[in-house]
Amino acid sequence: MTVTELVSYEDALASYDPVMGLEVHVELGTKTKMFCGCSTELGAEPNSQTCPTCLGMPGSLPVVNAVAVESAVKIGLALHCEIAEWCRFARKNYFYPDMPKNFQTSQYDEPIAFNGYLDVQLEDGEVFRVEIERAHMEEDTGKSTHVGGATGRIHGASHSLLDYNRAGIPLIEIVTKPIEGAGARAPEVAKAYVAELRELIRALGVSEARMEMGQMRCDVNLSLRPDGTEKFGTRSETKNVNSLRSVERAARYEIQRHAAVLSSGGTIVQETRHFHEEDGSTTSGRVKEEAEDYRYFPEPDLVPVAPTREWVEELRATLPELPRLRRNRLREEWGVSEHDMQSILNAGAVDLIVATIEAGAPADQARKWWMGELARSANESGKALDELPITPAQVARVTALVKEGSLNDKLARQVIEGVLAGEGDPDAVVDKRGLKVVSDEGALGAAVDEAIAANAAIADKIRGGKVAAAGALVGAVMKTTRGQADAARVKELILQKLGVTEG
Amino acid sequence: MPGITREEVAHLARLARLELSGEELEHFAGQLDDIIGAVARVSEVADQDVPPTSHPLPLTNVMRADEVRPSLTPEQALSGAPAQEQQRFKVPQILGED
Repeated sequence: MTVTELVSYEDALASYDPVMGLEVHVELGTKTKMFCGCSTELGAEPNSQTCPTCLGMPGSLPVVNAVAVESAVKIGLALHCEIAEWCRFARKNYFYPDMPKNFQTSQYDEPIAFNGYLDVQLEDGEVFRVEIERAHMEEDTGKSTHVGGATGRIHGASHSLLDYNRAGIPLIEIVTKPIEGAGARAPEVAKAYVAELRELIRALGVSEARMEMGQMRCDVNLSLRPDGTEKFGTRSETKNVNSLRSVERAARYEIQRHAAVLSSGGTIVQETRHFHEEDGSTTSGRVKEEAEDYRYFPEPDLVPVAPTREWVEELRATLPELPRLRRNRLREEWGVSEHDMQSILNAGAVDLIVATIEAGAPADQARKWWMGELARSANESGKALDELPITPAQVARVTALVKEGSLNDKLARQVIEGVLAGEGDPDAVVDKRGLKVVSDEGALGAAVDEAIAANAAIADKIRGGKVAAAGALVGAVMKTTRGQADAARVKELILQKLGVTEG
Repeated sequence: MPGITREEVAHLARLARLELSGEELEHFAGQLDDIIGAVARVSEVADQDVPPTSHPLPLTNVMRADEVRPSLTPEQALSGAPAQEQQRFKVPQILGED
C-alpha cells in the first residue's frame, strides 16, 4: 500500500476547486421485501427470511410492494422532483454472490423521480441548494461473511458465506447532480446534505434511516479541478461512508489526497475507495478502467409503474412540513440561536422537545431538561435521547411540579433521576423519595432563625447592606432542609428577618 | 448464423444446476436454436419507429399489499445449495490473493 503524503486542507483549496456527487441508499421501513412477501425484520437467524422469489428460483415471479412505490414517490416529491408518468424496472446484471439471482432489480434510464433539489442549512445559517439528479427504486443485497482471511476481509479469504435475509429489502437510491461552488465548505455541505436527507426521510415516515444500522449509506464521489477551470477532474468513489461525521471526513481526506497527487504531477485513477473510521483515511479498492457493463435491460417479469397524476397529488397533499422549514419555525417560536438549534438537532431532541411542549411544558423548560440533565444521562449510558426510559409527558409533569412550587430545581433533578431509574411516574417518585419543597412557613422560619443565629457575622454584613452575602445563609438553610426548600422564598425570609430590602 | 450446440446447452444446464440427459441436451439444443432464430427475425423488422416491448401485456401498476407472507425455512432455502456452512450458502473464493 502506498502512503500518500497529504497536502494541508488550506493549501489544497488554494489551488483546486472540489466537485462532489453524493449517492445515498436508504432502506425503506416496509414490513416486506421489494418484490416478495418475506419479512424485513432485523436480527432474524440466517436465511430464515427468503423465498423462491428472492432466492431467484426458476419459475418464481416478483410483484412490486405498493408501500415501497408510495414511499419512493413521497421521497421524490419531498425532494421537489418530477415523478415519472411511466417507468420500468431493469435488471442490473453482475457476477457476485450477494444476489442469488445474478442480477439486481433496479431502475436504469427510467427512474421514478428526477430533477429535484434539497436546500440544506450550514451551521452558520447559510442555505446551500443541492440539486438532485434522480431517485430510483431497487433492492438490497445479501450479507457476505468472508472466511479464512486474517481480517475478515474479502482479500485472502478462502471462501464466503451468504445470508440472503437482506436480499430484496426495498432501497431508494438518491443521486445528486455534481455539487459545484461549495469550495472549502464542500465537506460541510456533504455532511449537511446527508443530515438533511436523513431528517426528511424520517419526517416522511418511510424509514428510520439509522446510519449506524446500515439503513442509510452514502457514497462520496469527489474530484478536483484547478481553480478557474470548468472541466471536471477524474473522480474517486468512496463507498459506504456510514456516519455523518465520516461523510465530512471522507470528503476532506479525498480533497487533500487528490491535491497531493495532482500537485506533484500525478494523475488520479478512477477507482472505488474504502473509508476507515479509525483514522479518517481512504484506501484504494477496485480500479475502474472502463465503465462497468451491467447489461441493463427492462425487467420482463414486472409491468411498468405508472403513478397517476391524481395519486401523485394526493400524496403531495400528505407531505409533512419540510424539516428545515419546521426547524426554522420552531427556532423562532422557542427563541433560540441557529447554533443552539443545531445542537438540539444533533442531539436528536427536536421531536422530544416538541412533544414535551405539547404536553404542557414551557419551551425553555422543555429545552433545558432535554439538552441538560437528560442529554447528560443519555451520553453516560450511551443511548439516544429517545431511548431513555422517560417520556415527554413525564418531563412536562416535572416542569409543572416546579411551576406550582412543589419542587425546586434540585428536587426536580432527583425526580428525573428517579423516573430514569424506573421508580415510576414523577408523582410516584416524589411520594417514594419524599421530595417536596418545604412550604411550611413555620418550619422554614425556624430554619432561617437557626441559620442567622449560627452565622452572626454574616448576618451583620447583610444588615449592613451586603445583600449578596445572603447566599451563604440560603445555603445553610438548604442544607438543614436537605435541599427541600424553595431557595427564593428562603432568601426573602432572610432579608425580611434582617430588615433589609433588595434593590 | 451458428446453431446452438449440445455443449452450449450442457454449459447452460450446469450454470442453472439442471441435470439433463444426453437426449434432452439434443432436444433443447434444437428448440433453443428455433427460439433464437425467431428472435433474430423480430430484430430484422424492428426499426427506430417501433418502440421496444419489454412486456406483452398492456398492464401497469400491478402491486401487492405490504403484508408478510411465510418464508421458506432455512433448511428448505439451503436444500438446493451445493455447499453450506453455519446455515449460510457457502461460495468459493471471490477474489484471489493480491
